[in-house]
Amino acid sequence: MEPSTTPTDVPAIDVQELHKYFGDNQVLTGIDFHVNKGEVVCVIGPSGSGKSTLLRCVNLLEQPTSGRIFVEGDEITDPDVDVDAIRSRIGMVFQQFNLFPHLTVLRNLTICQQRVKGRGKDESVEIARKNLEKVGLADREGAFPAHLSGGQQQRIAIARALSMDPDMMLFDEPTSALDPELVGDVLGVMKDLAREGMTMMVVTHEMGFAREVGDSLVFMDGGVIVERGAPRDVLETPQHERTQLFLSKVL
Amino acid sequence: MAMSPRKRAQVSRYIQYAILVVLLVVLAFLADWPLLREQFLNPDIVPKLFPEIITIALKNTILYTIGAFTFGLVLGLVLALMRLSSVGPYRWIATIVIEFFRGVPALIVFIAFQYGLPIAFGVLLPGGTLGTVTIALGLVGAAYMAETIRAGIQAVPKGQMEAARSLGMSSGRAMISIVIPQALRIVLPPLTNELILLTKDSSLVYVLGLSGATLELTAFGREGLNQYVNLTPLFAAALAYLLITIPLSIVVRRMEAHAERAR
Repeated sequence: MEPSTTPTDVPAIDVQELHKYFGDNQVLTGIDFHVNKGEVVCVIGPSGSGKSTLLRCVNLLEQPTSGRIFVEGDEITDPDVDVDAIRSRIGMVFQQFNLFPHLTVLRNLTICQQRVKGRGKDESVEIARKNLEKVGLADREGAFPAHLSGGQQQRIAIARALSMDPDMMLFDEPTSALDPELVGDVLGVMKDLAREGMTMMVVTHEMGFAREVGDSLVFMDGGVIVERGAPRDVLETPQHERTQLFLSKVL
Repeated sequence: MAMSPRKRAQVSRYIQYAILVVLLVVLAFLADWPLLREQFLNPDIVPKLFPEIITIALKNTILYTIGAFTFGLVLGLVLALMRLSSVGPYRWIATIVIEFFRGVPALIVFIAFQYGLPIAFGVLLPGGTLGTVTIALGLVGAAYMAETIRAGIQAVPKGQMEAARSLGMSSGRAMISIVIPQALRIVLPPLTNELILLTKDSSLVYVLGLSGATLELTAFGREGLNQYVNLTPLFAAALAYLLITIPLSIVVRRMEAHAERAR
């Protein structure tokens, strides 16, 4: 593992020649992809295009079949790497929220701080409250997830990830499971994060968000990256036929 | 004769009630009530059963059951985790243990521990009667509970483990802090059913040869049967079992109703 000597030059996420098979089914074919520090990269594409799998490979929720992935210069595909330590630097937000239903909101935010980061109770509670305030749900710390709306749950999930002080955040279709009227709140929180300079990789169907907040837009189809560019360019003047076809269906 | 379907259903229901009433009346006339009372709830014998039926028999039944259930729950959890292990031999061992103790009569397990162990190895399980019941009945309970707990763990959505791992937890840590607490909540009703079964199976402890302070309900009832040549002690023991099992049944039903609402 090479130490990251010049952090500013090293991409936050660097994926090289990534292949991923599920059984005989090839989902990703030779992906080269990077996200620079402080950059917001949105990934769009039809379902089954491999965009979620790519995102999940970045924190090894899926094991790549071949290829190398670097996070801030550290190779996470190295078999000797401490996966748990790397993962605690990468926040992840799921489509289905995945809050821990048997724990209160506050406990959802503190349990990993204490068990993984070894923080004390007072410190972890303080950090949790700060992040709950950030997502606008400071008053719900005693609630259980089942008593919250989808939009609230997702904002809690974001606060939970932030409580681990991640260097970057991965979003896997964070608004796809939400009722339309709840999408705005979650996107609002994500916008604030982007504005604060958080490095973000966002798999999404929200073209408005991609255009407004994204620094870069990636279109995937059939397990390859078809096109990458400034969001406005890709959305308005797509260079590839497949991109044009996809955008004509969703816009 | 033309009857509307609703009318027909009504007539059918009346006939069913009528059959029931006739049966009850016939039984009431045929039964020898004084004899039944003398044999099942003999007023001369009932007072003599107290307080021993509570202070010794019921207490021991509860003690044996709790011992077996506690040991069975811990071992069942371990077996369930072994069944889900990625290490093949762990899975095989757990499967063998589960299939063996689930497929063998509890009575044989009791006899094996009480009489087999001393013959084969020259040792007896420590802790006397309670120790033997805890291990023998616990093993049988563990075999059943392991499969229940395994199903419960698998019923926890995969996203829970993923979320915990994505926050930096090791898989063991995530299992203990996140998955198992949710799994136990899911399997609480079936585990309570297992507790009811163990309560009744604790009667098998009679093969250990009980006397005096180690008597539990069934053995106590049998002893009374021999002593008084009357069914009253056994019937009282049966009622004492219901004292344990019916509240547990109610708890299970409550939990199931609660789970239904929460869904």
